[in-house]
Amino acid sequence: MSSPHGTMLDRRSFLKLATIAGGGLVLGHYILPSAGAEAGQPDEGTVAGEFIPNAFIRIAPDGSVTVYSARPEVGQGIKTSLPMVVAEELGADWRSVSVVSAPLDAVFGPQSAGGSTSTPTSYMAMRRMGATARTMLVEAAAETWGVPAGECTASDGMVRHAASGRSMKFGDLVAKASSLSVPDEASVRLKNPRDFTLVGSRVGGVDNPKVVTGAPLFGIDQKRPGMVYAVYEKSPVWGARPLSANLDDVKSLPGVRDAFIIDRTVPEGQLTGLVPGVAIVADSTWAAFSARKELQVQWEPGRFPKSSWDDFARQAQDLAKAEQGSPAAEETRRDGDIDKAFAGAARVVEAEYSYPFISHANLEPQNCLAHVQGDRAEIWAPTQNPGAARELVAQVLGVAPENVRVNITRIGGGFGRRLDSDPTAEAAAISQRMGVPVKLTWDRTDDMQHDHYRPGGFHFLKGAVDSQGSLSAWRSHHVSFGSNLGADDYPARFVPNYLLLNSKLKNGIPQGPWRAPGSNTYAWIICSFLDELAHAAGKDPVAFNLALLGSADVVPGTGPGGHPYNAARMRSVVKLVAEKSGWGKSLPRGKGMGLGYYFSHQGYIAEVAEVTVSPTGILKVDRVVAAVDVGSQIVNLSGAENQVQGSINDGLSAAWRQELSIRRGRVVQGNLNEYPMLRMPDAVRQIEIHFLKSNYPPTGLGEPALPPLAPAVSNAIFAATGIRVRQFPISRTDLSWS
Amino acid sequence: MSKFTLQVNGRSHQVDVDSETPLLWVLRDNLELVGTKFGCGIAQCGACTVLLDGKPGRACVTPVSTAASAAITTIEGLSTDGQHPLQKAWCELDVAQCGYCQAGQIMSAAALLARNPNPSDSDIDDALAGNLCRCATYFRIRAGIHRAAELAAAAKEATP
Repeated sequence: MSSPHGTMLDRRSFLKLATIAGGGLVLGHYILPSAGAEAGQPDEGTVAGEFIPNAFIRIAPDGSVTVYSARPEVGQGIKTSLPMVVAEELGADWRSVSVVSAPLDAVFGPQSAGGSTSTPTSYMAMRRMGATARTMLVEAAAETWGVPAGECTASDGMVRHAASGRSMKFGDLVAKASSLSVPDEASVRLKNPRDFTLVGSRVGGVDNPKVVTGAPLFGIDQKRPGMVYAVYEKSPVWGARPLSANLDDVKSLPGVRDAFIIDRTVPEGQLTGLVPGVAIVADSTWAAFSARKELQVQWEPGRFPKSSWDDFARQAQDLAKAEQGSPAAEETRRDGDIDKAFAGAARVVEAEYSYPFISHANLEPQNCLAHVQGDRAEIWAPTQNPGAARELVAQVLGVAPENVRVNITRIGGGFGRRLDSDPTAEAAAISQRMGVPVKLTWDRTDDMQHDHYRPGGFHFLKGAVDSQGSLSAWRSHHVSFGSNLGADDYPARFVPNYLLLNSKLKNGIPQGPWRAPGSNTYAWIICSFLDELAHAAGKDPVAFNLALLGSADVVPGTGPGGHPYNAARMRSVVKLVAEKSGWGKSLPRGKGMGLGYYFSHQGYIAEVAEVTVSPTGILKVDRVVAAVDVGSQIVNLSGAENQVQGSINDGLSAAWRQELSIRRGRVVQGNLNEYPMLRMPDAVRQIEIHFLKSNYPPTGLGEPALPPLAPAVSNAIFAATGIRVRQFPISRTDLSWS
Repeated sequence: MSKFTLQVNGRSHQVDVDSETPLLWVLRDNLELVGTKFGCGIAQCGACTVLLDGKPGRACVTPVSTAASAAITTIEGLSTDGQHPLQKAWCELDVAQCGYCQAGQIMSAAALLARNPNPSDSDIDDALAGNLCRCATYFRIRAGIHRAAELAAAAKEATP
């Protein structure tokens, strides 16, 4: 059938099958066994006589509408927002719509949740799904009444013919609509967004009633008959294999079913996927946790057993001091004549910025329920990337990917961590050995010490302003743990004399995407240093940055893989946030406002923070104002504002106190008492959000509101105190003043 | 293994478990009440907050032997119909993002409202400081508690 992003079965054969089977057979194949993924849901089998125009929509004769949510719900609100788009185009009554999580199946198109890509890639596809179904319902009514379809409209679950005053409920049109041929989805007429009534409104999350009553929604809540409980211990020093363990002792402990080493030869440098370790399988979670306290393992030394942050910092300093053009530093971009610009500058500023590794700290620890039987496997996983999870499980088990069935559960926090499927691979490997359903639960220490971390980094910056107070030169050397600033990263293309050097430190630290990867630190460094230069130029930071953004509307990308930068959109949000925040108002010493702005994940966002710093150095973020341009349409206003509010407080949490210490090839911290995260008393008191609608396709909001927060706060601290924060976490800088 | 009788959400349950087992795992694994969440295991995140004789407690560090003497309320028993003022306010204001911490937030808030029907921002800071929200929905949690206080007051007024 046709899926929104590719063709699996021909649509007509699908429809024919669906009709023959009364709707039950074909979708039943995809849908029925998924009930476990949404425990508490009624039986998801289809009802005879339903209208099933495509994989995403079922309409029953009683008028109830089921919409499938294909993307994992991590808290970004996608399980509500994309079904709203379907329901809007369909003309459904939202109160009669129920949303069901789809299992992994090609029929649903892309099913990952990462990179804030779900909205931009699925928005139009979901509109067409809804519009196709609406077109058929309208046609069914028009045929029934003998009137032109063009005279009929659909809304609130009814088709109406205004001229004759007739109307029919969707449920009463199901039988006739099912007999019609499905129009080409590219040809169906979409609604004019001006006529939207549901999309753009505030809609509560579809799972809210279950969340507030404790229903079993999450991966860790799943249970199957005959299930056993597992833990999996890996070397705290990354990359080390177990040499031996006191398995017989552990096996004799109460409630323990088995204990065994999973030894694998993993390729040099592989720190993700299934890595070697020791499994303990027991009758309950607590029996497994308790037995683990008695486990003693002798580990190999590991590949980088001496890696420590202090060493990395020294290496970074050495690289920065090395002559530019040395083999250790790659010249990623060079514009103009940087040396001449510095020589002729009115003011030159130099600064070093650094930030540590941090954890995703998903509140739901990593976990997975797997049931492997022979050459088949079924998993229930809180995964952001079910397709990759299936591939990894298939590879680990040595079975065909099509033999691995993936049920996607609700996720207790993604932030990028659950794009990687290592816990899924572990659960599958343990279940393969046990032959029964196994629920693997990581404890917090596993989660913190075997995360795929947001990498730390070091930036060595030198900038110049000319006699007019304009930014004339920018030299940046980024020393990273693997991934560097790109040639088109801001402010490249806006500064006439520009040099970007990049170096990488050799390391064995597992890393992965953390909400707004790259941008979550680059924005802070770039906007902080721009603030330093604005002050050096004696300019107001908003005026300085608007001048830097120039007058061109779109600055083209560099080369074939380049990224265009819409400077007009950015100037608009910077101007809007300045206006709404009361930028420039006079504040007493100890209070200050700061600007942060950044383009990431297709969103143009500017934020102003207003802070109070007590003379003893206690920071309070009193207010944050955000101006947000994510295109022409906000899908769910409640969800969109929630993402921005959460991103602001999450950005503050990460910048303020979060830090992992790396010593001797491992993370030192083992639980939340050693890893302070933002709590209610320190959360931003006042948050104001202004969406600026532009003529661009709607894009995602899971990430782009986070990066501007840290520089807004840092720059506000400077305005309040004269103290420049150049190191994360902010808590490392003494903010006291007198 | 020892036998314990637990009073959970007004019902009596017999369990046969190790006496050191935290209440959290008895609720989740034995009684299949999984609304109470595991986050840290050391009473740092508050995801496992339940009411013990009406007072908020962390189920992850409360041995079943201690819990056996208390009346235990979990999120599943906060109301019979999901219509506790906090549950209503949470839905009305669309507080949750991932939702994992929210049972614990709501249970801490329920204990607060029970002793202080009209809490100030600073009362909320004190009562909720032990509950982490990784999605950082603090802005809406605070608003949700204020809204629940309003709903509860209105309901009280409406009841003669």
